[in-house]
Amino acid sequence: MRILNASGCLDALAAPEVARRLDAFVTKTVTPLPREGSAPPRIAETAHGMLNAIGLANPGRDRFLAEHLPRLRELELPLWVSAGGFCADDYAETCSRLSGIEAIELNLSCPNVDEAADSAAEIVAACRRATELPLYAKLSAAHPDVAEVGRAVAAAGADGLSLINTLRGVALDRQLRPVLARGSGGLSGPSLKPIALHAVTVCREATGLPIVGMGGIESGRDALEFVACGARDVALGTVLFADPGAPERVRAELAVAYAEVGVATPEDARALAKSPETVRKVPA
Amino acid sequence: MQSSGSPSRSRHRVTGSEPIGPYTLLRLERGGLEPGVPGQFFMLEAPGRLLPRPFSLCLAPPGELAFLVDPIGPGTQALCELRPGDEIAVLGPLGHGYRLDVERPLLVGGGIGIAPLPYLAEHLGGSPPVALGFRSEEHAQAAALLPGAEVVVDPVLVTELIDPGLDVLACGPEPMLRAVAAMCPEAQLAWEAPMACGYGACYGCVVEIDGQLKRLCLEGPVLEGHRLIGHVRCQTPGMSGTAVSA
Repeated sequence: MRILNASGCLDALAAPEVARRLDAFVTKTVTPLPREGSAPPRIAETAHGMLNAIGLANPGRDRFLAEHLPRLRELELPLWVSAGGFCADDYAETCSRLSGIEAIELNLSCPNVDEAADSAAEIVAACRRATELPLYAKLSAAHPDVAEVGRAVAAAGADGLSLINTLRGVALDRQLRPVLARGSGGLSGPSLKPIALHAVTVCREATGLPIVGMGGIESGRDALEFVACGARDVALGTVLFADPGAPERVRAELAVAYAEVGVATPEDARALAKSPETVRKVPA
Repeated sequence: MQSSGSPSRSRHRVTGSEPIGPYTLLRLERGGLEPGVPGQFFMLEAPGRLLPRPFSLCLAPPGELAFLVDPIGPGTQALCELRPGDEIAVLGPLGHGYRLDVERPLLVGGGIGIAPLPYLAEHLGGSPPVALGFRSEEHAQAAALLPGAEVVVDPVLVTELIDPGLDVLACGPEPMLRAVAAMCPEAQLAWEAPMACGYGACYGCVVEIDGQLKRLCLEGPVLEGHRLIGHVRCQTPGMSGTAVSA
């Protein structure tokens, strides 16, 4: 199991020492044109999570490729570039211009943009034609049947899935006004974990693709639960804000978590999560 | 000198917690932490909350770091309830503090914005003049942290005490800082914004700096007033800030 960051939850150029604690660094989503992002306030703490409405702030594809990517390469870390856009061609053009990185993550699920994108499968198909690099489709659990989306992007040529993105939410202040200037934002943190575990479970069953699991991972035990549900790797998001040492801590705790359950391998953990005792059918 | 270096949290024991008017002065064992430059900030774990809260350093007694906390939300209330022997995680010092190469300093604080000024005054040396404004007599008890300060209470505003010919170093609520910047564009202002990480990861703390949305934790929190004029929108009293944290 490798530990990555969730896209948008770490700036490797601002905090290279934190990025080096990861097994691979995932960039903030790159869009064709520069985006200043949403007006502040952009973040709000909630009972068991946080909302963000950053709005895909990024320097745009040209500047990213010319200035940021060369500096990221100097970190000598496996790199994943998160690509975003508003139609399949946007994504495909970014994919065609990327090389010498480990993988591309297609952000098919940002909750903080209003523009309707083409369907996930159309975007993946266009990107598949544009690159031979591994393509990971980052999906939202807001879809009523995330496994169906998983199957569609797998058929379109995705090599893996990143599960899950944030879910839309609203927080109000004491005077009942939205805390975020944008109104709504993406909910992250521990609130997401059960939803993410479900998405990983059903997408693994539906596709068999490798999955980077994320959503509320705070500890090695949390990471093990994602592995048990079928994730090959995990990504840390919100926990990095409070604890920049989380990658090393989670890695150390993972070994303890395996021992506490009394299993040794991801396959053993998966067998437990799939055992008939834990998967009960609801009577018809 | 003012970079975040290698961000790593460390755990620190509470050595004291004393009321100062409505505020609490929280003392922590310093351990291996550097106190940093006045105006830099630390992220303090707020027990029971997901996100840490940013605080500028108030005092740096030998072996300790002390932070002034205004209990205005669940995180700051949890910090005020800490007792000696409790432990919290601390990250810092972070960001850019005050430039200390000023000839005729005047320290200006409003409310909880008094927080970084005692440590700043100590660094500047020579008992610099201090002007403080508070919203009530109870809040004004915090002026005891800066003996000799000139103090006004609402409805009198602290800006009435400012000689614009001096090198102003200020911290306080946004309307006060805006008024200070209008009088003294070169004034050094400790700005604030909701902040989840403090080291450039969350992109949450952007404010309009030099006409563009930039991360306050990396660019500031101390900035010259003219770089902030035109800031897009008043921050709603929110989750956290360098002086006021909920």
